[in-house]
Amino acid sequence: MTVTEAAPEAVKRAGTSVEFRGLRRSFGEVAALDGLDLAIAPGELVALLGPSGCGKTTALRVLAGLEQVDAGEVLVDGGDVTGVPANKRDMGMVFQSYSLFPNLAVRDNVAFGLRLRGVAAATRRRRAQELLELVGLDSHGHRYPHQLSGGQQQRVALARALAIEPRVLLLDEPLSALDAQVRTQLRDEIRRLQLRVGITTLFVTHDQEEALSIADRVGVMRSGRLEQCDTPAELYQRPATAFVAEFVGTMNHVPGVVAGQEVVVAGHRLTLAEPAGARDGQLVKVLLRPESVTLTAEADGQALVSDRSFRGAVTRVTATLPDGTTLLADLPSVTAADLQPGAQAAVRFAPQPVLLAEGE
Amino acid sequence: MSTQRRRAARWPVIVLVVAGLYFLLPMVASLEFSLRDVHNTHSFAAWGRLLSYPGLLDTLFTSLWVAFGTVALTLLLMVPTVSWVHLRRPKLKRFVEGISLLPLVIPPIVLVNGVLVVFQDAPEIVNGTPLILVFEYVILALPFTYRTLDAGLSAIPLATLVEAARGLGASWPVVLLRVVLPNIRTAVLGAALLNLALVMGEYTLSSILLMQTFPVWMVSTGRTDAGVSVAVSLLSLLIVFVLLFLLSIVSGRRTRELRPFTPSAS
Amino acid sequence: MTVSNTTTRTGAAGLSAAPARPTGRRWVARAAGLLGLLPFLAYTGLFLAAPVVMVVVGAFQDNDGAFTTDNVTTAVSDQYGRAFVTSIELSALTAVVGAVLGAVLAQAVLSRRPDGVLRKAVTSASGVLANFGGVQLAFAFIATLGSIGIVTKALAAVGLDIYQGGFTLFGFTGIAIVYIYFQVPLMLIVFTPALEGMREQWREAAENLGATRWQYWRHVAGPVLLPPFLASLLLLFANSLSAFATAEALTNGIIGLVPIQIGALVSGNVVADQQNLGKALGLGMVIVVGLVMAVYYRIQRRTARWLG
Repeated sequence: MTVTEAAPEAVKRAGTSVEFRGLRRSFGEVAALDGLDLAIAPGELVALLGPSGCGKTTALRVLAGLEQVDAGEVLVDGGDVTGVPANKRDMGMVFQSYSLFPNLAVRDNVAFGLRLRGVAAATRRRRAQELLELVGLDSHGHRYPHQLSGGQQQRVALARALAIEPRVLLLDEPLSALDAQVRTQLRDEIRRLQLRVGITTLFVTHDQEEALSIADRVGVMRSGRLEQCDTPAELYQRPATAFVAEFVGTMNHVPGVVAGQEVVVAGHRLTLAEPAGARDGQLVKVLLRPESVTLTAEADGQALVSDRSFRGAVTRVTATLPDGTTLLADLPSVTAADLQPGAQAAVRFAPQPVLLAEGE
Repeated sequence: MSTQRRRAARWPVIVLVVAGLYFLLPMVASLEFSLRDVHNTHSFAAWGRLLSYPGLLDTLFTSLWVAFGTVALTLLLMVPTVSWVHLRRPKLKRFVEGISLLPLVIPPIVLVNGVLVVFQDAPEIVNGTPLILVFEYVILALPFTYRTLDAGLSAIPLATLVEAARGLGASWPVVLLRVVLPNIRTAVLGAALLNLALVMGEYTLSSILLMQTFPVWMVSTGRTDAGVSVAVSLLSLLIVFVLLFLLSIVSGRRTRELRPFTPSAS
Repeated sequence: MTVSNTTTRTGAAGLSAAPARPTGRRWVARAAGLLGLLPFLAYTGLFLAAPVVMVVVGAFQDNDGAFTTDNVTTAVSDQYGRAFVTSIELSALTAVVGAVLGAVLAQAVLSRRPDGVLRKAVTSASGVLANFGGVQLAFAFIATLGSIGIVTKALAAVGLDIYQGGFTLFGFTGIAIVYIYFQVPLMLIVFTPALEGMREQWREAAENLGATRWQYWRHVAGPVLLPPFLASLLLLFANSLSAFATAEALTNGIIGLVPIQIGALVSGNVVADQQNLGKALGLGMVIVVGLVMAVYYRIQRRTARWLG
C-alpha cells in the first residue's frame, strides 16, 4: 500500500474490477446467496437493490471478507480473493451507522487505517485533513463521534474508508439511518465524490429512489440471486421480469385475457413483452405503469374517477373499472383538469409491450 | 478467519460451565450439609427440625411484616416522587437520583451508628420495635427503587398518558393509581421484589439494633446448629432467586408485547 | 460526599434557569414547584441525612459532648489503622479478582441468546448473590470450605488437609474467597451494560481498515472498555469495604476489618463508652467510599457518551 502525499485529486486511480461467480451462502435453512453472478467494471458504481433478506448485504460483506461463502469465488482485478481475510483486502467500507470508534477523535478515526499501515504521524495528519476537507468537515477534526450529527458521522465514515485508498468502496445502506433531507444531500455528495475519485463502488440499499438516482447500474436481487442488472433507465422502462417491474416504481394490476402474443385489457390489445406462460383465453393480471395509462373525460367512458392528487407537473388520478379494478394514471396536470371525482372517463394504454404479474 | 471464529464460539461455553460449577458448588454443599445426620449418615432430620425450631417462625414473621411494611412505604413515598419529578421537574431528576444513590456511599454499619443516636430518645414504638427497620430499609433500598422506577417511567409516554387522563377529568390520586401505576406495574413489581429480598437478607442494621429478624436468627442459631442455618439460608436464597427469575420472565414478555406501541418503533 | 455536592449543584442550576428577578408571586410558585419533593426530602433528611450528620458530629465529640480530635486520631492508629489497611487490602484483592473474572464471565454470558433462559437465570442469580445474601453466603461456605465442609472433607480424603496447612475460612483468605463469590456477580451486573454497548460494527470496521484482532483490542475495544472496567472495579471495592454481614457471621466479630470493629464498638462488646470512636471509624469509611464513588461517577458519566 503506497500512500501518495499529493492533493485529493491524486486519490484517483485506475479503477478495480470486481466479479462474483456463483456465490452461495446459507444461514441454516435460509439461502442468503443462491448462485449470485455479477461483474462490476473499473470505476463503476453498482447499486444492489432488493427487499430485506434478498442477500444484498451478504453479497457486500462477502466482498469485504466479513462473511464466508459456501461456494463460488470473488475476483478482484481478476485475482481470486475468496480466501483472503478481511484485514488484508483493502476494501473501504461504510456501515449503516455507529461504526466510528467512539474513543477516537474524528481525525484519528480517519487516520486509523493509515496508522495500522505504519504511515508517519505527520503524513497521517495531513492525509486525514485532506479527506475531511473532501467531505466538508475539515473544521471538525478534533471532535468526537458523539458530538456529530448522524449525517456528519457518515461523512467521517466515508472519509475513513477512502483514507486507505481502497481498491473498492463498499457502502452498506449508509443513508438509511438519516432523515430525508440529509439523505438526499449526502447521496448526491457520495456520487460526486465517487466520480471524482473514480473508485469502483458497490452500494447496497433497499431504497429504489436512492439506487436509481446514484448508480451507473442497478442490480435487483431476489432470494440470493440477481434478477436483472441494468442502467436505471433500462430497469425502469424495460424490466426483465415481473418482479423487477413491480419492485421498481409503481404498477397497476389490470385484468386481461391472453390472446396469442397479445393480451386484451379493457378492450385494448397490448403486445406481450415475453411469451406468456398462459393458454389463450386465460385470465391474467397485466402490469401497467401509471404514466402509460391515459384517461379522458367522456360521458360514456368505462372508468369512474374516484380521486385525484396534484403533484406539480403531473396529477395522479385514481379511477375504478367496471369490474372493480383500481387504476392509477399519471396525467399532465393541464389535461387532468376535467377529471374530477365522479366523472366518467375513457381508458387508453401506451402501445408498449407489457409484462404479466406472477402467479396470477 | 473461519477457524478463528469457530474457536471464538467455544470458549464462552467452557467459561460458562466452569462458572456454573463454581457457583453451584456452595449450593450443592449446603444441600449435602443440611442433610447430614450423625455417624456419616444422611437424612432429612435438619429439615424436619426446621418448623418446630424455636424462633424460626417468629423471626420469619417479623421479617415478613418488616418486608411488607418496607415495600408499602417505599412505593407510597417513591412512586409519587419519581412520577412527579418526571412530569413536573425533569431538571431535578439528577438531584433526586443523587440523593437516592447516596446509600451506596454510606455503609450500613455507619448508618446504623447515626440511627442509634438520632432515635435514642424516640418513642418506644419507633426504636423499640422493628418499625425503625422499616424506616431505614426504605433508605437502604433507595438506589434500587429509584433506578427501577426511573427506568419504568422512562419507558412509557408518561406525559401523554397523564394529560389524557387529566383531560378526561381524573384527579391526581386517580391518575397515579389508575393510569401511572398500571403502566409501570413491572417496574413496581421489580422494586417490590428487590425490597423484599433485601429485607429477608439484611443483617447489619437488625443485629446492631438488637431486632430479632430472620437473618439475625440464622446467625445465632448457626452457632449451635449449623445444619439448620445452612438449610434455611439455602432455602431463602432459592426462594429469592425463583421470585427474581419469574419476574424476569414476566417482564421480558411484557416488553415484547409493548414494543409495537413505543414511540421509537414508529 | 463529593457526589452529593455535585448533584446539589446540578439541582441548584436547574432552579436558577427560571426567569430572572423573581417577584413575590414567583417565589410562591417556585416553592409550590418544590412541594412535590417535600415528602422525599423530609424522609431522606430524617432517616438518611440526620444519622450521617450525627456520625460526623459524634466523631469529633468526647463522651460529654465536648469537641475533640482524639477519636479521629485513634481511628487511624494502632489496631484501627491496621484494620483500615486490612479492609483496603481485602477490598482491593476481591475487587480486582472479582472484576477480572466477572468481566470474562459477562462476555461469555453475552454470547448466549438475549432472551434465552440461561441469560435470565444468570441475571436473576447475580441479583440474588450480589445484593442480598450476606448471611446466607456465609453459611453456604461453612458447608463448603468450613472445617467439616464438603470440599474440605473431599480434599482431606485425597490427603490434602487444608486446615492443617494453615487455611481457615474464618481468616483473611477465607473471607476473600467468600467475598469474591459475591463480587463476581456484582461485576456481571455493573459491567454487562458496557459490553452490550460494544458494537459489532467497530470490530468489523477495524478489520476492514486492516486491523488484526490484537490491533482492534489495543486501539479500540481496550480503550473503550477500560474506563467502565475501572469504574466497575471501584464499585466492587466500595461494596467489599462496606460489607459487614458475611464477615460478622463467619468470624463472630473477631477479624480486624473496619466494619466489624465499628460493630464491636457500637454494641459495646469490647470496651464500653467508645461509641464515638466507632463514629470516627465510620467517618473514615464514608470518606474512603465517598472518594471511590466520586471517581466512579465521574468515569461513568464520561463513558456513558461513548457507549450510550
